[in-house]
Order: sequence, then structure tokens, then C-alpha cells
Amino acid sequence: MNHLLRSLAPISDSAWDLLDEEARERLTSALAARKLVDFSGPHGWKHSATNLGRTSPVAAAPCEGVSAVQRRVLPLVEVRADFEVSRAELRDFDRGADDADLAALDQAAHQIAVAENVAVFHGWKDASITGIAQASPHELLELGTVADGYPRPVAGAVQRLLHSGISGPYALALGGEQYQRVVETAEHGGYPLLDHLRKILEGPIVWAPGVKGAVVISLRGGDFRFESGQDLSIGYDSHDSEVVHLYLVESFTFHVATPEAAVPLKA
Amino acid sequence: MGFDQYHEPPEELPPATRTFARLCASLTEEAEAIGWYEQRLAVEPDPEAQAVMRDAQGEEFKHFSMDLEFLLRRSPAWRQIAQGVLFKSGDIVEHGEDAEAETFDEDDPGTDSAPPNGSVSLGIGSLKGALR
Repeated sequence: MNHLLRSLAPISDSAWDLLDEEARERLTSALAARKLVDFSGPHGWKHSATNLGRTSPVAAAPCEGVSAVQRRVLPLVEVRADFEVSRAELRDFDRGADDADLAALDQAAHQIAVAENVAVFHGWKDASITGIAQASPHELLELGTVADGYPRPVAGAVQRLLHSGISGPYALALGGEQYQRVVETAEHGGYPLLDHLRKILEGPIVWAPGVKGAVVISLRGGDFRFESGQDLSIGYDSHDSEVVHLYLVESFTFHVATPEAAVPLKA
Repeated sequence: MGFDQYHEPPEELPPATRTFARLCASLTEEAEAIGWYEQRLAVEPDPEAQAVMRDAQGEEFKHFSMDLEFLLRRSPAWRQIAQGVLFKSGDIVEHGEDAEAETFDEDDPGTDSAPPNGSVSLGIGSLKGALR
């Protein structure tokens, strides 16, 4: 048995398959950062830190004649989103019901995806993570509140990346509100704004719940690294006669190698 | 060959499992090609032809290694066992048995409830190639 303790849960194999597939579907659509940055791993639950290849000075050596530096690492953060599933729902599913209520799982999946997106794009100080938008040396561009005006700042962001020697293709990560505006908008003549922006970027547009505004980012690789220890999994916590308490969990950290490879756009 | 890599109806398989199956098929093909070049090199007397085939076999080594690395990234249990076996001197079988024992608790019936491919995770990994 591993640390997820799944075999202790009063859940049939087919119900576990249902829960895993439901979580996978919900997570895959919302995990924007993984669609845009390099992914390393998963390196397992025991993996605790990322090597930065850097050192810090150590003030005093234990004896004369030696000097020392200390390795700097980026510790992984464990993220967990708890949820519960009704045992009656699971029993009905095992009887053949095809409409199991998994709303709590869906909510937990969304929350943990948002946490991952926010950590990667905006940073997480208490977890020692610097986000893409935080690290970017480019001046913040105004996206504005009217979707019709988005092409200009997006084109401006691409221009800045080109001037910085950052090659494409480029992608646009849009916060939930901004994404909705874009998909609902047709420009003069009925041309979908989504297609216009894709042409400017020569790359995709990604729905990034949790992102404030938007970020234009190079997809060339080597600039941003998401390091996964335990990849997203469902674990078992406890149960009573009514519900099973489960959780989604992952461990990760994130490192920006080329800060200038992305331009944040303010909403 | 059609869709031979699928052992179950493809429409019933999740996308991650279909991708996994494709790479497994690719890994098999690269291993076969390495074996074929090995045999051809053993019987080919022309040094120039040998050089060409040796170069081609090197490509297959690379392809096989890339396929394997992809699969190991998507299957933590496989990766953990591979880490206990690959690039180590000593008794290969012993390493294999030890790595398997460390990865799975063989007395634990609960391993049946682990996600597909023996993974302990949902197997999501990188989505960089999955952009729409």
C-alpha cells in the first residue's frame, strides 16, 4: 500500500475508476500551466526538492583551513483539496446508476487546478515559488475591459518578446473572465476574435482559471519548468456510514529560468 | 496493421491510455528494428554498408530511449522499478526483484485499485502537447 491508502476505502474498483476518470476530465481542462510550461517528473512522493545549481555562503567553517558553501534548492510544496463522496451514491453507481453526484470532487479538482495555475503564473511566496508574471521584467501592458481591444496589447506583447530575442510560437493564457469575453466576441465583419488572436500568436489560447488578466508566453521550451513530485492523485482519508472522505493531492514546485520569455497583461 | 496496439475497444479507452498504448507500440517497433540491424550487421561484409546500418541502428537506439523515457514519465511505478534495475552493475534479476518489492507491496490486494498503468497518480503529467 502506498501513502494514498486507497485500498482502505470502502470503494469498489469500478467506482475508483469512475472517480479517477471524473477527476482526470475536470483537471485536464483547467490545468492551464501544464499546457504552456515544461514539465519534469513525476519524480514520486519522496522527491522533496529541485536542484538550482546555486549555493549560498556559509559564514563560519568548523575549523581553520576550510571554506564552505551551502547548496540552494527549491523545496516542493504539497497541495491537497479535500472532498467527500456519498456512500449511497457509490452504491447506486455499482448498481448501474449513470448519474452519480460527484459535485464535491468536481469542485476540489477545480480548486487544486486554480491553485496550480496561480502558483505558476502569479507565484506563491510562502511556498518559495516565483510566478511567471512576477518574474517578467517587461512592463505590464493594459489588456483593458473590452475584448475588441485585446489584439493590440497581445500584438504588443509578441513584439516585446521578439525584441528580447525570445522566439515563438507564443501562447496566450487568459483568466476566466477574459477567456469568456474572447470566445463571445466577433469583430467587425463577424470574424471570431479567438481566431484573430491565434493568428497574432501563431499559437494557442488557453483558459487559465485563477489567472488575473492574461499572460503571453513563449512555447519554445527551456524557459519555465514545473517539477512534479507526486502527480495529481486521489487519496483516502476516512469514512463513516454516510460518506467517504477523500482528497486530491500533488507535490510540485516551479522555477523560472528565462524571466523575459513572458509578458503579463493587466485586466 | 490498423489499430492493433489497442487490446480493448479504443472508444472505451481514455485518451491518456490510448497515448500510452501508441508509445508502447512504438517502443516495440524500435526494439525490433534494433534487433534487425544487429542481425544485418552480423552478416554484412561491405564496410561501407556496415557504417550506414550502424548509423541507422544508432537512430533506433535514440528512438527507443525517447519512447521509454516518455512511458516511464507517465507510469511512476514502472519508473520506480526501472530506477532499481537500469544502469546498475551486479545481478540484474536480483535488482529487478528488489525494485519490484519496493514498488509494490505484493501482499496488498489494494494495488488493484490503483489508477491505470500501475500508476499511483491520475497520470496527467504534461499537457503541453494537448493544446487546442
